[in-house]
Amino acid sequence: MKKVYLYKKFERFWHWGQSLLIFALLITGFDIHGTTHFFEYGQAVTIHNTSAWAFLVLIVFAIFWHVTTDEWKQYLPTVKNMKAQLDYYLVGIFAHAPHPVKKRTLSKLNPLQRITYFALKIVIIPTMVITGLMYMYFNYPIMEFEIESLETVAIIHTMGAYLLLTFLIIHLYLITTGHTLTSNLKAMITGWEVVDDEDVKDIVEEAVEVTGLKIRPISRTRQSHEELEELVLDALHETETKVKNKKLKGQKK
Amino acid sequence: MKKLTLIVALFCTTHWLFANNGINKDSIRSFPMNEYVYKSGNTNNPSADHSKFAILQQPFASAHDATAACLSCHTERDKEIMATSHWHWRRSEKLEGKGVVSLGKANIINNFCIGITGSEATCTRCHIGYGWTDSSFDFTDPLNIDCLVCHDKTGTYKKKPGGAGYPAESVNLNFVSQHVGSPGRENCGVCHFLGGGGNNVKHGDLDIAMLDCSREVDVHMTTEGENMSCVDCHITEKHQIPGKVYALSSENKNRTTCEQCHTDKPHQSTILNEHGLRVACQTCHIPEYAKANGTKMIWDWSTAGRLDEHGNPMHENDADGNHNYLSIKGNFVYNDHVIPEYFWFNGIANHQLITDKITTIPVQMNTLYGSYNDKGAHQKSHAPAKIWPVKVHRGKQIYDTVNMTLIQPKLWDKESGKGAYWTDFDWNKAAELGMAACGMPYSGEYGFVETEMYWPLNHQVSPASESLKCIDCHSRPNSRLASLNDFYLPGRDFNPIVETAGVSLILVSIIGIAFHAFCRIVFGGKCKIDNP
Repeated sequence: MKKVYLYKKFERFWHWGQSLLIFALLITGFDIHGTTHFFEYGQAVTIHNTSAWAFLVLIVFAIFWHVTTDEWKQYLPTVKNMKAQLDYYLVGIFAHAPHPVKKRTLSKLNPLQRITYFALKIVIIPTMVITGLMYMYFNYPIMEFEIESLETVAIIHTMGAYLLLTFLIIHLYLITTGHTLTSNLKAMITGWEVVDDEDVKDIVEEAVEVTGLKIRPISRTRQSHEELEELVLDALHETETKVKNKKLKGQKK
Repeated sequence: MKKLTLIVALFCTTHWLFANNGINKDSIRSFPMNEYVYKSGNTNNPSADHSKFAILQQPFASAHDATAACLSCHTERDKEIMATSHWHWRRSEKLEGKGVVSLGKANIINNFCIGITGSEATCTRCHIGYGWTDSSFDFTDPLNIDCLVCHDKTGTYKKKPGGAGYPAESVNLNFVSQHVGSPGRENCGVCHFLGGGGNNVKHGDLDIAMLDCSREVDVHMTTEGENMSCVDCHITEKHQIPGKVYALSSENKNRTTCEQCHTDKPHQSTILNEHGLRVACQTCHIPEYAKANGTKMIWDWSTAGRLDEHGNPMHENDADGNHNYLSIKGNFVYNDHVIPEYFWFNGIANHQLITDKITTIPVQMNTLYGSYNDKGAHQKSHAPAKIWPVKVHRGKQIYDTVNMTLIQPKLWDKESGKGAYWTDFDWNKAAELGMAACGMPYSGEYGFVETEMYWPLNHQVSPASESLKCIDCHSRPNSRLASLNDFYLPGRDFNPIVETAGVSLILVSIIGIAFHAFCRIVFGGKCKIDNP
């Protein structure tokens, strides 16, 4: 058993910030909806609105991070291994079967996660943001831009809340289906994920490859894998030499 | 870990901030105020001592002479008075579907004492004039003006019952006229508190207790506080007193508003200020009315006329000492600390005139217009309809079962035997004489019909700490707005399909998870203990 660094600092900050905000939004949201009574109504509204704005700021940062790091590609849905993953949860998990999809730096999510998170990011969250803003700004039919009633907006917002709550419940349970009961949770807190020994080699190799691919002149020339590896190793070697020389120069002075 | 602590700390701080963001200051001075000078900053002294004027020391042969004395110095004031609706008891109003009509206390029908026609001499005890006994009253004679009823500062001026506005014999006109001043609440209150035949009968928020009341009863007029009088809000110019009586007014003009002092953004919270776009200030700040004394809620004329064993009119009282039966008027129900009913109201009202056919039961004496979708600019009103607290007075009163109109009966006369209901107890005769005085036909057949009259509430504003809380409306079981169903109210409303589907989805996932976890435990699958 070895640990690999899978979740970066911002990624974890984003995840936990988001979870805290969604938790606050859910509790106060259902207060406002009249289902629960955790907070005094006016307080629930204030917390809900403030959390919503905080969430919007976080979303802007998260989008920036996803775009600049190419991490958004992790969420592209795929049908590959979809059935295997389903089979695992429905059958394999009870029979000590291994996870059908290995976690990789470039592919941290299994096909079910991909489709779920993709739907969250593309459908649910934007819907909640848009209806939430309409709730805030067009709730009184007096503005220049009028909506006939808050009803449609409010009902869509409520539907989204139920879907998010369902997601949260299932998500919390599936955390326990990692290597051990708590390994997924620990990974999201520390960034380090426990993986099998043979996976470590793959992950490191992939990491090197990714680094190489991200250097523009190389990716543009579309060299073969062997050439790439050579190039990358050369580059690494050169860098190493440069650093050594610098240090030596410094010592001479 | 550091980060987690930071997040928790941040959350706690923000939570603390919000917790302190509520309205905890009860001081009126923390509110933004507009065009109002606090009493403490006001040094307005009277410019003349009326007791030194010789003309007020001569004996007055009649009340008209006192008026002449007033007008000898205050020339032109009579013209101002005679241009007011306090003088004419009517004014031009544009009614939906009825055009411009001249309407007011002089000719309107209500569901209390119904109307003044035929009984003027007793009703005009509240008129600012002398001698309005019937339609022959001269509205152009300045000497018919009663200056003293509004300007008396002695508290000794009284009008005679059934005296058509003339003062009682006991009144010393010299004494009163030598001690005059700006009208105080006693002067307005004598009619506006006691209208309808008793204290607080009509409005429910205008009560003789407001001469000296606590902050809980009226935060503005309380003698414990700012001690405001009527004219501090109803700021009068040239004897034109603004602030039309909502129950009688049909057009949204000439109002006295909270905003005139408090601005339209009086709260620190933006959300509360936004509520003001569609919720009247009064809705939250008058959580209940008739806070000091009961007000009349129901008046059933159909039971009137029951006499005692000697054949005399009688009365019965309820536990609070309010009449619940009078032979001349029928059954009443009084109530105090009443929770208002709520209506959309854009400031425009219609009226059931004596000429109008009865089309709905209960008859709406003054239909309040407005709805959620009445946004002002695109509708007939200039301002969007707001949710208003309203006292609804429910009545059962006489109507013509053939002509299907309300009936104005003749109720009062000095002597019995002249057909007035209060002396002779004959509905048929009273209806005949009353309708004749109105110039209306009467078929000879009468019955009693249920009526409703709406009194939007404005006075007896409570301290901020007593105002409605969010949950009073934004809640499912006991929302005060339960009857206003033409809009979506968060906290009260929901879509049953979405709720059922949502809750089912959550239940199914929880059951599924429980089953899945159970299987994992039973088959010993992935439930390894985390080894350190």
